Amino acid sequence: MTDSADLAEQSALQALGQGAKDIIPLIVGAIPFGIIFGTLAQSSGLSFGAAAGMSAFVFAGSSQFIALGLLASGSTAILVIVTTLVVNLRHLLYAASLVPYMQDTSQHWKAVMGFLLTDEAFAVAIRRYRQPGRRGTDYWYYLGAALAMYLNWQCCTWLGLTVGQMMPNAANWGLDFAMVATFIGMVIPYVVTKPMMGAVAITAGVAIVAHGLPYQLGLLVAVLAGGVTGLTLETMSGSIKHE
Amino acid sequence: MNEWVLIGGMALVTFAIRYPLLALSGRIQLPYALVRALGFVPPVVLTAIVVPAVFFPDGQTLSVSLSNPRLVAALACVGIGVWRQNLLITIMVGMGTFWLWQWALG
Repeated sequence: MTDSADLAEQSALQALGQGAKDIIPLIVGAIPFGIIFGTLAQSSGLSFGAAAGMSAFVFAGSSQFIALGLLASGSTAILVIVTTLVVNLRHLLYAASLVPYMQDTSQHWKAVMGFLLTDEAFAVAIRRYRQPGRRGTDYWYYLGAALAMYLNWQCCTWLGLTVGQMMPNAANWGLDFAMVATFIGMVIPYVVTKPMMGAVAITAGVAIVAHGLPYQLGLLVAVLAGGVTGLTLETMSGSIKHE
Repeated sequence: MNEWVLIGGMALVTFAIRYPLLALSGRIQLPYALVRALGFVPPVVLTAIVVPAVFFPDGQTLSVSLSNPRLVAALACVGIGVWRQNLLITIMVGMGTFWLWQWALG
């Protein structure tokens, strides 16, 4: 990552490009998911247009997959919408994490940023926002990363809807492991302090124990347990976190 | 058109989660304890997504054994990630290990 003195001199366009570049490894992880989503959509009963429309307007990978599963098992639209709400609740945490850095950002930008908020865009952008100093170009950086993610998701959905239909068993190739590998690679640089180690370890444990909860609520329980653990350890050690 | 009602509803609830806090920023001051807690959000949420995907390969059954290629490959990711601290290398080694192990298991 570029150091903060260099960042301050970036133009809007450079920041946009840098964001798009920095998110590439995460895009690699998302490609199989988009293709598999497109491939599975029609066998779950969505029309071509609705599958493409879901990627374009909802733009939330995990809830799109869950929607497919629910639709295939004959769920009602209401249940799918409520499940989408629960599964995407983690984005509330992302938005809250971005709040301290949004003072200089206009409402239109915030609406665009909100629409494009994903696990990946957040994970990349928050590292930039937390670098010391305020830069007017940070939201361009976010836009570059988030837009690259968005365009990639649309392309992959289309690819799945067209070419994916012709490849039997594409869903069984284990390509979805790319996301796991990506996310592990993103977690590791954070795990350098004792409170963070504790937080991640407890999250992992609780995620396993609470996995059986409906609507992926286990995820939220695990996150809560990990956050409380980290905060407690940090308070006990009296350490001030260095970003 | 029922499926477009569905998509509209999904789009609406998703945006209603992602946007409002951003919209209010500048007018709200988050409590200090919450800001500190949010510092843990990125790694903790990613961990909570990844761990079940690794330990429950079929989504239902806990599998802690060498016959679970996801687990073996995830351990390889952690190892190479700690050692090299490079995201692309982690992904490549992870995928390579995953495929190799799956192939070796037949």
